[in-house]
Amino acid sequence: MKPAAFDYLRPSTVEEACQYLQEYGEEGKLIAGGQSLVPILNMRLSTPECLIDISGLEELKYIREEGDWLHIGALTRQRDVERSALVREKTPLLAEALPYIGHMQTRNRGTFGGSLVHADPTAEIPLSLLALQAAVVIQSAEETREVNVEDFFITYLTTDLMPNEMLREVKIPTGSIPKGYSFQEYSRKHGDFALVAAACVLDVDEQERIASVRLTLGGVDAVPVLAREVEGLILGEKLTDSLLLEAGRAAAADIDPEGDLHASREYRLHLAEVFAARVLETAYHRAVLGKGSAT
Amino acid sequence: MQVKREERYSLRLQVNGKRYEEQVEPRKLLSDFLREDCGLTGTHVGCEHGVCGACTVLVDGRAVRSCLILAIQAEGADITTVEGLAQGGKPHPLQEAFSECHALQCGFCTPGILMSSVEFLQTHADPGKEEIADMLSGHLCRCTGYKGIVEAVQQVADRRKEGEKHESGDPVSICSRTAPTV
Repeated sequence: MKPAAFDYLRPSTVEEACQYLQEYGEEGKLIAGGQSLVPILNMRLSTPECLIDISGLEELKYIREEGDWLHIGALTRQRDVERSALVREKTPLLAEALPYIGHMQTRNRGTFGGSLVHADPTAEIPLSLLALQAAVVIQSAEETREVNVEDFFITYLTTDLMPNEMLREVKIPTGSIPKGYSFQEYSRKHGDFALVAAACVLDVDEQERIASVRLTLGGVDAVPVLAREVEGLILGEKLTDSLLLEAGRAAAADIDPEGDLHASREYRLHLAEVFAARVLETAYHRAVLGKGSAT
Repeated sequence: MQVKREERYSLRLQVNGKRYEEQVEPRKLLSDFLREDCGLTGTHVGCEHGVCGACTVLVDGRAVRSCLILAIQAEGADITTVEGLAQGGKPHPLQEAFSECHALQCGFCTPGILMSSVEFLQTHADPGKEEIADMLSGHLCRCTGYKGIVEAVQQVADRRKEGEKHESGDPVSICSRTAPTV
């Protein structure tokens, strides 16, 4: 297989990349790690006129903490995020989610921002960032703007990015790091696209009642979904077995998945219920344990 | 830097310690570049969309799919393919272990698995079976059932550990491990 012919541009700065985007508009496509784009090119599902290769832009490869925010440059390799001590300490949810992405051999090349802008509804990074209330910084030749991840995903493989814009970095709030977290997903074999994935961050108060919770589900809609009804149901409560079952059902009540070759609608609903309950349970126990060790 | 679709770009990079400068189209994949332009056909091409792992090579020391990189993106990189493993006519320890543990039959997937294993052993001092299996999840082998492959990687890790003990004065035989049991 061979991609269809394209013009190749390699900017040496972010500004130059933005100028190319301005110039080529819809005809120009950014390539970073290429772990989603190159298969699409090889199979000729996409035949862009022009590829703008930003994979060498070192200025967008970083992980650093500034104030109450963790900043991750869009071109940071997934494997570097996975192995970062700072990420493990500040956003353990993300550290737990990353090994589920593809394989070590694709994470070595794939970028953090690339997965986000590709916006596959089963992808681990979008799902985790939705749970973590992250924001993204977007740049074009004209302006720099910030968008909450909650407003970033439009539909399958479609985000708020305009053709002349690129993702610069991701910002994750670290002011109050939830002690409870869990990421789990189901796929036929490791590295496959998840049939259903679930992420949860959660905190408890002194009486082990749930003080805050965000639970997100992937693979159940065109975009990652925040299960809002769960929050209303369990806030202020201790997590009992019966409440856990109820919360799982509430999470699945929020969604309307489509059936496909890989799993029927009914099976996805079942998995959503089971995995919502699992991440909730794990996150709750971690939060309670964390509270215990802190006092 | 700009290259038009019909142009050939003069690409320079290093493979197995040797410098190459070849004329390539922007759309040429690294896997095809290695096979067609460098003549290094040890890197196998299977699915060509990043699933099977046969084309895995080391780019600047990291195991990656060469079918998911454009050759032009690897400009200036230091690449190692399976041809670069044996040194001075002597097989790499992993190659010896693969032979001893019957870790290959048809051999199509083997070059990719060897390259992933090289990086894996560099980053894992004392890997468990599960970690090895996790690394192998990025590779498809339809002959062996993976058992021999896991044992071969484990054997290299074990021997390396025992070798270190041996050097520090611990009288443990380097070849204590026997042939794999079935």
